[in-house]
Amino acid sequence: MSDRIEKTVELKAPVARVWRALTDYQAFGAWFGVKLDGPFKPGEESTGHITYPGYEHLRWHAVVTVMEPERRFAFTWHPYAIDPEYDYSPETPTLVEFTLEPVGAGTRLVIVESGFDKLPAHRRDKAFRMNESGWAEQGENIAKYLDDAS
Amino acid sequence: MAGGPDAAAMFAALGDPTRLAVVNRLALGEAQSISRLTEGTPLTRQAMTKHLKVLEGVGLLRQIKVGRESRFALDPAPLADLTAYLELVSRQWDDALDRLRNFVEEQP
Repeated sequence: MSDRIEKTVELKAPVARVWRALTDYQAFGAWFGVKLDGPFKPGEESTGHITYPGYEHLRWHAVVTVMEPERRFAFTWHPYAIDPEYDYSPETPTLVEFTLEPVGAGTRLVIVESGFDKLPAHRRDKAFRMNESGWAEQGENIAKYLDDAS
Repeated sequence: MAGGPDAAAMFAALGDPTRLAVVNRLALGEAQSISRLTEGTPLTRQAMTKHLKVLEGVGLLRQIKVGRESRFALDPAPLADLTAYLELVSRQWDDALDRLRNFVEEQP
């Protein structure tokens, strides 16, 4: 039983471009779906608001812990913080780490999110309640993708 | 899960090789007595009892009386909740990574 999520993807883009997509606050915002108030800086809070459709009412809040150029980027945050009325700040955040490695002309990117063992049970309840609307939205995303592709 | 064991306790309960082995053994479906669960391990009956209490405390084990003997059975429901939550967060990362891929691979 693991308390972490790990994802490895190989991207057909050089490390420098992936690094920029992860750590330039505007580039990050473009793919992640968040409008950040300012650049990422190690040891500093990052604030903004989510722009991803359906989640626009949510604030973005993270603390950048590591920025090791073209190698490692990490921040802590509160995962699935989907209730704007709920104060997540007393909870121990999870750690999200991006590790980059050149593979030929491309990049191997590993994402690890760890620390779920500190999460209280009622957070899982909230996540489940939101799950249904999340799925409805996924359906819309697929429909939109198919529209765009045709 | 309201009022149920929290994720921290659940992960702590499973974060021990002996207890994980007990869960694996009981996952086969058959309820087992403390004596049988202790067989083939270096543990004393007392030590095994402590481990079983921890697993029972987070709702993963149930005690069943068979005649005069007490046996332990696995209740996988709390595990399913935990797995479902991690899957939910995991899916969000899959979606985010798809968007990242589009972003970095389609740039000129």
